[in-house]
Amino acid sequence: MNVVVCVKQIPDPAAPSALDPVTHNLDRSGKLILDDSDSYGVEMGLQLASGDGDEVILVSMAPGGETSGLRTALAMGAARAILVSDDALSGTDSLGTAKVLAAAISRAEPDLVLTATESTDGYTGTIPAQIAELLGLPSVTFAKKIAVDGSTVRVERQTEAGFDEVECPLPAVVSVTAGVVEPRYPSFKGIMAAKSKPVDVLAVADLGIEGGQVGSAGARQEVTDVADAEAREGGEIVVDEGNGAERILAFLEELKVI
Amino acid sequence: MALDNVWVLAETGEAGPTSLSLELLTKARTIGASVTAVAWGGGAAEHAAVLGEYGATKVYDLGDTGEALPGAPVASAMAALVEGGERPDAILFPASYDGRDVAGRLSVKLDRPVITNIVGMSDDGLSTQHSLFGGSQTATARFTGEGPFLYVVRAKSFAAESAGGGPAEVVQTAAPEAGPTAAARVVSRHVEERSGPKLDEAGVVVSGGRGLGSADSYELIEQLAKLLNGAPGASRAIVDAGWVPYARQVGQTGKTVKPNLYLACGISGATQHLVGMKGSKHIVAVNKDQDAPIFSVADLGIVGDVHKVLPALIEALKSR
Ligand SMILES: Cc1cc2nc3c(=O)[nH]c(=O)nc-3n(C[C@H](O)[C@H](O)[C@H](O)COP(=O)(O)OP(=O)(O)OC[C@H]3O[C@@H](n4cnc5c(N)ncnc54)[C@H](O)[C@@H]3O)c2cc1C
Ligand SMILES: Nc1ncnc2c1ncn2[C@@H]1O[C@H](COP(=O)(O)O)[C@@H](O)[C@H]1O
Repeated sequence: MNVVVCVKQIPDPAAPSALDPVTHNLDRSGKLILDDSDSYGVEMGLQLASGDGDEVILVSMAPGGETSGLRTALAMGAARAILVSDDALSGTDSLGTAKVLAAAISRAEPDLVLTATESTDGYTGTIPAQIAELLGLPSVTFAKKIAVDGSTVRVERQTEAGFDEVECPLPAVVSVTAGVVEPRYPSFKGIMAAKSKPVDVLAVADLGIEGGQVGSAGARQEVTDVADAEAREGGEIVVDEGNGAERILAFLEELKVI
Repeated sequence: MALDNVWVLAETGEAGPTSLSLELLTKARTIGASVTAVAWGGGAAEHAAVLGEYGATKVYDLGDTGEALPGAPVASAMAALVEGGERPDAILFPASYDGRDVAGRLSVKLDRPVITNIVGMSDDGLSTQHSLFGGSQTATARFTGEGPFLYVVRAKSFAAESAGGGPAEVVQTAAPEAGPTAAARVVSRHVEERSGPKLDEAGVVVSGGRGLGSADSYELIEQLAKLLNGAPGASRAIVDAGWVPYARQVGQTGKTVKPNLYLACGISGATQHLVGMKGSKHIVAVNKDQDAPIFSVADLGIVGDVHKVLPALIEALKSR
């Protein structure tokens, strides 16, 4: 079985993030890392594609030929990667990203495509369904458990009230939540092996996508303004010296909650 | 009014349209000259009175989608309406599991971009507001191309208000086409037990995070919530750890709550948590780290150990 895992490479969320003052795009000029949300898909893929001849293939779209995040996922055990990197992609929205990813994914002829439910820096959460529609595939979003049985994938899908058991024929697109599996840490051997694993770098033209479909023009939307939100009034901070509960009680009384 | 015809994807359950659907209908009234609801699941006719009351003059009833996951069949049926000559200027989608699936698929079918994570909208319906970096900044965005504009709106961005309208006219449409994209089927549904008020409707929410130290300590949160007639909530860290079910999660990928009082216990206050609770009227936080970001939004912050403060609070409440 071939499993494609979409992995996004993002600016380190621990570092302060900023929008470019002119374009209002997120500043992605620094080093990028593997989006933690996608490490769950990588682990799930590795567990599902563990037979002889099975492969996990990574697909990513990122600026500047960035591969550091891909190397992390390759070190976890993925076999190879397809990276789409092109200056023309700057400012691409979710639909344009999905078009690029779908075109790259179809090259790998997967039985299963895994994504996260949403990326840490973009969090539109629409890309999994868009990819599925572009590929003409069924999809199951918000998986908290996945099992493959022959040509069927069985998913426990989160719902407002609990979860649904869903069955879907392969090939399919499944988006995974952080609860789905515990990602492994890359081993030293894995990190060394990852250095020589193949990464296919493609441009937009290689995928047969017209320039007008992607980039800022393809996005057909713009950010017109970014402003500081009204800050909450700073409150009172009290160090507990055995009186913490009392202070809360007094506050609750003031609010007439009790 | 810049927009003529606004559609709202109205999700319904056994109890009728979801509160988010009613919030969207309310907003749709202010941005569009006429509001149409799109509903599925076989019960649209039953819900026409409520949908009409909140502003829809018409309901497209897509009929029963059976056991299929709704994303693909509902998007197909909506695309068929547009291709058949219907001209919505904008479509509002709830930021829910199925709402996002339908919006994503429809955007491909119509080749239109989607704007997501909307928390506010101008009265002409042409520009949208977005909360960035845990709510410290607000971005304004708009479409530059042709409609229909696809908008995915977060819960509790608008207050639902009845317009006192009569029942909406129900228009049956062809059963959603079930092609290969609609092959995902629900074989069984599991409902997790809950007692007390619903998390997103409760006047008091008591949430716990990793600072509780262990799953057993979540008991403190449940007791406290019960004593305050509130609902227990959680950070994602302890949902991922399997301590509590996902239905309790507050934040970016969980519920948006705006209670009168939010009590955060052992929660650091990551941006993804803050966006889900920053709109609460009053916030109290207990955290042993005085630099925890949660204190920046708290009206009252207690720098202390949850294992000392919470048991004392529970005892005091019990003895009242
Ligand atoms: C795409 C994406 C979506 C996300 N969505 C959400 C979401 O919807 N909701 C959400 O909550 N998070 C979400 N997160 C995760 C978020 O970034 C944080 O990781 C998470 O909120 C942290 O949970 P926490 O505060 O419980 O844990 P931690 O960050 O580990 O904080 C624990 C806190 O407890 C304090 N503490 C420790 N011991 C004690 C004690 N004995 N007494 C008092 N205090 C103590 C510590 O000082 C610390 O501040 C998301 C992340 C991503 C990438
Ligand atoms: N540039 C990208 N490269 C690879 N995968 C992506 C990219 N953007 C989004 N994805 C995948 O789609 C998911 C949803 O993304 P989003 O719609 O941005 O929230 C992400 O969690 C990834 O799995």
